Amino acid sequence: MTSATLGGTSDMTSMERVLNTLTGKPTDRVPLFLPVTLHGAKLLGLTIRDYFSKAEHVVEGQLRLRARYGHDFFYPLSSAAAEAGAWGCEVVYHDDGPPNTGAPVVTRFEQISGLAVPRLDECPGLLRVLEVERQLHQRAAGEVPILGVIIGPTSLPIMQLGFERYLDLLSERPELFERLLQLNEEFCVTWANAQLRAGCTAIGIFEPMISPAMADPSIRRRWAIPSMRRCIARIQGPVVMHGGSARMRGALEDVIAAGAAIVAVSAEDSLEEMAAAAAGRITLVGNLNALDLRRWGPDEAAEQVKRAVAAAGPGRRFILADNHGEIPWQVPDRALLALAEAVRAHGGSA
Amino acid sequence: MTIPTHRHDLANALLELDRVAVQRILQRASPNPAAAIAELEQPVVEALQEIGEAWERGDLSLSQVYMSARLCEELMGESAPPLANARPRVALAVLEDHHLLGKRMVLSILRSAGVAVLDYGSVGVADLAARAVRDGVEVVLVSALMLRSALKVKELIERLGGTARSVRVAVGGAPFRLDTELWREVGADAVGLSAAEAPAIVARLLQAREPAEASR
Repeated sequence: MTSATLGGTSDMTSMERVLNTLTGKPTDRVPLFLPVTLHGAKLLGLTIRDYFSKAEHVVEGQLRLRARYGHDFFYPLSSAAAEAGAWGCEVVYHDDGPPNTGAPVVTRFEQISGLAVPRLDECPGLLRVLEVERQLHQRAAGEVPILGVIIGPTSLPIMQLGFERYLDLLSERPELFERLLQLNEEFCVTWANAQLRAGCTAIGIFEPMISPAMADPSIRRRWAIPSMRRCIARIQGPVVMHGGSARMRGALEDVIAAGAAIVAVSAEDSLEEMAAAAAGRITLVGNLNALDLRRWGPDEAAEQVKRAVAAAGPGRRFILADNHGEIPWQVPDRALLALAEAVRAHGGSA
Repeated sequence: MTIPTHRHDLANALLELDRVAVQRILQRASPNPAAAIAELEQPVVEALQEIGEAWERGDLSLSQVYMSARLCEELMGESAPPLANARPRVALAVLEDHHLLGKRMVLSILRSAGVAVLDYGSVGVADLAARAVRDGVEVVLVSALMLRSALKVKELIERLGGTARSVRVAVGGAPFRLDTELWREVGADAVGLSAAEAPAIVARLLQAREPAEASR
């Protein structure tokens, strides 16, 4: 595994760059987490459905993407829908965007009593992800971090029930939600640890429900935050808490107390304020606006990288990334190349 | 009627999900609801707008916006079944997605405001355009959750007749919040950054249509 094309000024590998960032040691430049998933299909000339149908496609896509953009992570995620698929949701493929979930599977609250935790060996979509991670682990040769992903136990019900019925469940049948939460936690921890065993370096938990922008204080205090604590305690590797674009400033202290290694910063958060509040107690990742990225040329990319690096502050524990956790299909190659070049040129100066 | 006090009290009661307090405030606003539903709608809409603005500022959560809108809709329905015989001039849909929360909140808020709305659910572009034309609606509110579906509003507008269309299109949803130019890019007539903006947007778009209608 050769060093990333963005390396430039030193022989530092992506893994060294990221580990140094996590531990507050010097780096040659800010690490770049570019969560490109769908773009692998473009590089291989495949439809998105075909691309995700074989582990070999995704491995090849991840290798080519990193060779092209020089970012510092492999990102084996196929889609959030794949996890919902494990619970029986239909996975709907599109030609121009990420796979999405079909109609919710839990249409009556009483169904929750009969649910059981899905077995990973009975979920082809998740087994494929594990195979991608095993192969990437071999190819990374310890030089490139691999970030696995799970959907958090209190956010999974958004796909299992639909968001509005989920909120109705919380207010009308909290005892049934308690049961669903137990099942979801068991599934999430099992799925996360399986990915770590397959070779992932860390696990990203997409859990918008810990964000005060999504859930009110009673939901967060009673369910989302305790669940996050329990999961992080049982996951056998470093955890990134991610709000999937939702503001995280109000969740920062809870995330730090739960023991996460990294927290995502939304484009709607102030990175400067988050960095000041975090005060080196946790690494931040973010907060480029993935939708705006569609329109960026070299000047805008340079300006945004400089803004983020300056906002994260000197001696930063900061990883540059988008705010959503997935680069939209519509973001063109030229914008990603402009971002990569901007990181090379400006990612080392605070 | 002292609306600012009502609005503030009402917003707080809604956020507490205090059904009794909400009913008491509405009765104070209009002691005879059957005769004065319009008097009830005004403080309700303003209270929901206050809640929506607080969410936009990051002071409240989406779950609170939803629960308060749902409670409003229930209580307004009990107070006076709204406009059962009115021909809906407004339709609402989610474009190619099964995440319906945003649409549900807009629906609750519009119904609380006394606006008759056709709920098309989750639909594709062709279906949405055909139904809007068939039903003769004047304003279509479109909720989109992903960038790909948000961009399909452009196709919807073309199917509705492009710039010559008679149906006005307003959009909302996360992509439009995060990319503030997107609604113009797809050619929409308006964007709502929170569900609470829906009554004002609908009123504005319906009003804007009226001179054109009168000249035909």
